[in-house]
Amino acid sequence: MLGSRLTPDAAIAGARPGPRRRVSRARVARGATPYLLLLPVAVAIGAILGYPLVDLVRLSFQRYGLFELIRHSGSWVGVANYSSVLRDGVFWHTLLRTVVFTAANVGLTMVLGTLLALLLVRVSAWARVVLTAGLVLVWSMPVVVAVQVWYWMTNFQNGVVNYVLTSLGVGDFFQHDWYATTFSQLALVTTLIVWGALPFVAITVYAALAQVPHELVEAAQIDGAGPLRVFRDVTVPVLRPVLLILTSLSIIWDFGVFTQPYLLIGQSKITPGNYLMGIYLFEEGYFRGDYGRGAAIAILMLLIVAALSVVYVRRMARMGEEAT
Amino acid sequence: MSAAAGAVRARRRRKRLRRAGWNAIALAVFAAMVFPVYWMVATAFKSDDEIVGLTPTWLPEHPTLAHFRAAVEKPFFWTDVKNSLIVVSVTVAVSIVLAFLAAVALAKYRFTGRKLFVVLVIGIQMLPQTALIIPLYVVLARYRQVNALSGVVLTYMTFVLPFSVWTLRGFIIGIPKELEEAAMVDGSTRLGAFVKILLPLVAPGLVATSVFAFIQSWNEYIFARVLLNDQAKQTVTVWLSYFYGTSRHIDWGALMAGSTLTAIPVVIFFLLVQRRIAFGLTAGAVRG
Repeated sequence: MLGSRLTPDAAIAGARPGPRRRVSRARVARGATPYLLLLPVAVAIGAILGYPLVDLVRLSFQRYGLFELIRHSGSWVGVANYSSVLRDGVFWHTLLRTVVFTAANVGLTMVLGTLLALLLVRVSAWARVVLTAGLVLVWSMPVVVAVQVWYWMTNFQNGVVNYVLTSLGVGDFFQHDWYATTFSQLALVTTLIVWGALPFVAITVYAALAQVPHELVEAAQIDGAGPLRVFRDVTVPVLRPVLLILTSLSIIWDFGVFTQPYLLIGQSKITPGNYLMGIYLFEEGYFRGDYGRGAAIAILMLLIVAALSVVYVRRMARMGEEAT
Repeated sequence: MSAAAGAVRARRRRKRLRRAGWNAIALAVFAAMVFPVYWMVATAFKSDDEIVGLTPTWLPEHPTLAHFRAAVEKPFFWTDVKNSLIVVSVTVAVSIVLAFLAAVALAKYRFTGRKLFVVLVIGIQMLPQTALIIPLYVVLARYRQVNALSGVVLTYMTFVLPFSVWTLRGFIIGIPKELEEAAMVDGSTRLGAFVKILLPLVAPGLVATSVFAFIQSWNEYIFARVLLNDQAKQTVTVWLSYFYGTSRHIDWGALMAGSTLTAIPVVIFFLLVQRRIAFGLTAGAVRG
């Protein structure tokens, strides 16, 4: 049934002559086929995403707590949830902290990832195989597993990180508690996130580097361009679309990150003083059972992420136009 | 002439030296990146004395399987592994079938609304997962799907479906049109062309996408954490996250053994399909 309707593009373009009557009937079938094929996914996405997203908007204007959850209906409160969140100092502090955190994580991921990709181009074939295998191994580690390993390595009593730093002469880290300050907690989370994200970025950028035309690089070198100049004027323009996609994705992932900070810092040590946006939403919306307020936070978060990516996408697009 | 040859040789030697330097850096980076994974496996095999000692041993001196035994004997390990397997296999099976149909439509037909659908599929993948926990929780509570594996399957489809549609589309586009046409010229029907040509060519893509969807679902934490309260119903990532509970004394060896066991299926599968999926992702991104 499915296959009988499968029509190659060539036939759609009308390249194949045939009896008129059959063509017109075929055309109707052709017109309906892609929609029939899309229907199941469209229905599924509508039910499991469209409906909850509409509900999210509705919830954000309602009082919806545990009582309402059992009754399955909330009461309208206008913009009370939004004004409560926007008047909450914790929200603004969390927003600032999350923006700085995201900038640091995305910046480190992109710079180190690109450097790794450039390294992969320069090494011998065997070293490339070894390094790529290592990166793929890291890439495959489940986040929850990585968190546990980090927790063990940075444990204040006998974590290997303290031992290595002390024996390298970096300083006295004997029984140093990495979980003592907000800065050091978030720095640890950053190492975990960057470590986990590097393989994807490095391997993707490395694949894109293969598309940099050799002749162009050689021509630039003959014209006397140094390695930095070649990188800026030849390599970066070719990489730009890939870097754009990777940066946007990293911003979205890191801004809403939850699992790494929540599990590594540990629920008992999570306070409004070290919230990131995802944790703020989880704690104040889900954990406290204030779903209406949580929905308002979620909507604000979606708007911020959208704004962040739009600004970036437009700037990159403009840069692309200037370059040509 | 001999001077020129000398210059060439000198340049070649300099080049080789520089390459050796890059190789050394690559090995150092490799060691630093892989170390956490090594440390996890090494700890899992060490004896307790070695683990709690103040001076770490780099290799397990008296390798033991005791920690693995302790990990699997912890309450609910096998139950939660079974739960993970159920959730993951149902999610993947349903998603791949639905996504394949949509991917054929996107790859092989031009129609009004196609671009809109593509934008939708990409846009969904850009939604931060944390923003979805509240509405998904509330809606699923409305239909009594909280604390049920079926509810978790539905939430997992929110990210597996769009990803699978997009990746499969990339694989289907990669099939040369001429092959299908040749099959039809040879007298096959369209169904025949589909079964004989398209399916075998797409099969590796189907396998790769399924495996990657398997990994994503197996690794998922936040939806499972939010939806499943009952220990007997949790998935293996939630099991691992509760491993040490609130106790002050942490059994590091067993924790690392449990972590290793959780990671093993993912690592094996990932190594099998990574190359293919990385290709599919970039192909989709570049051609999008």
